[in-house]
Amino acid sequence: MRPPQPRGEISAALIGALTTTSPGEGPLPAAGAADPYGDDLQLALYLCYELHYRGVAGVSDDWEWDPRLLRLRGELEKLFLTALRADVPTGAGAAAALEELVLEPRDGRGVSHFLCGSGELWQLREYAAHRSLYQLKEADPHAWMIPRLTGRAKAALVAVEYDEFGAGRAERVHARLFADLMRDLGLDDTYGRYLDAAPASTLATVNLMSLFGLHRALRGALAGHFATVESLSPPASRRLVRAMERLDAGPAAVRFYAEHVEADAVHEQLVRHDVVGDLLRREPGLAGDVEFGIAATRRLDERFEADLLAAWQARRSSLLIPLTD
Amino acid sequence: MPGGPAERPATRVRRDPGGPLLIEGPVEVELPDGSLVRSDRPVVALCMCGRSGIPPWCDTSHRGRRA
Ligand code: FES
Ligand SMILES: [Fe+2]
Ligand SMILES: [Fe+2]
Repeated sequence: MRPPQPRGEISAALIGALTTTSPGEGPLPAAGAADPYGDDLQLALYLCYELHYRGVAGVSDDWEWDPRLLRLRGELEKLFLTALRADVPTGAGAAAALEELVLEPRDGRGVSHFLCGSGELWQLREYAAHRSLYQLKEADPHAWMIPRLTGRAKAALVAVEYDEFGAGRAERVHARLFADLMRDLGLDDTYGRYLDAAPASTLATVNLMSLFGLHRALRGALAGHFATVESLSPPASRRLVRAMERLDAGPAAVRFYAEHVEADAVHEQLVRHDVVGDLLRREPGLAGDVEFGIAATRRLDERFEADLLAAWQARRSSLLIPLTD
Repeated sequence: MPGGPAERPATRVRRDPGGPLLIEGPVEVELPDGSLVRSDRPVVALCMCGRSGIPPWCDTSHRGRRA
């Protein structure tokens, strides 16, 4: 991935340090009182996290464990997490939150409903560009849960991840199926290609899972995140299959969502009952974090989807840099 | 029965109340017309509600609606 364009003081100073100095050398910015959901903080955090995934071109791999960079990351995370804990409603309990995940809303107003009913091809392409930030590393953050689980929870999580990673076949890895979808839609499937085009509300959805994944203390929230993603996917994927078919998006584009209808109907069961269920039997004290993980995931998804729908209703691009054909 | 033939390993399935039957894959399902469909997933969800759009697999069409 190439270094992104800065979006404010913190991200500018961070990108400058990463691309022009070695770990331990030049000055790094402080998080100060940055807007927790704003572009500057979310991009800086995204960049800190990317060092743990695939790294950034021209940036030393040693930055990943640089103590000063980790301190900056910690400050950014604290602002983000504090805001989420304050803004996200919890209290009904983990069991109720899990149950709610598998009830269909009566009047669906999300992006998948919109795309299914009246979406146009340019909107479908924009949606895929946003989603590519996560889907090209699909299921990677949840793999960080493996060493933190034991027994049935671990076995079930790995069974799901095995499916996500293609069950031993490179051409079936879900991230690869998404790359195939992108090419059907005439998009560039290079990892990180649309980072500069993705607004803060998109980055926040990805930063959330990296945050949960990189902190063992947040393992309950990560389990809640995974349960949410897997549970909400089958009905949304069903609608996206219809959107892709209606707009003649191509066989790989249809296949990605068709695969997720079938796969996630299984994953949902395993994650809710076996992963989360067994984790909470062993560590009942994590129930609050599971509920928080579910609520935070839903809240950030709703913000992301609201931004897309607002832009599209105004007939403008939902990306910071509109797609060219 | 000491010394007798070892017990054959049983196929374990689990029913989600109101939802699918979960069974360890790979699974082959013989459809009413005699044809076979196969799933290689580690766990397969078979539709029990009759509403799935991708029978014999579950697609979560069995779900209830929010009040
Ligand atoms: S049991 Fe899930 S769709 Fe029928
Ligand atoms: Fe997947
Ligand atoms: Fe999945």
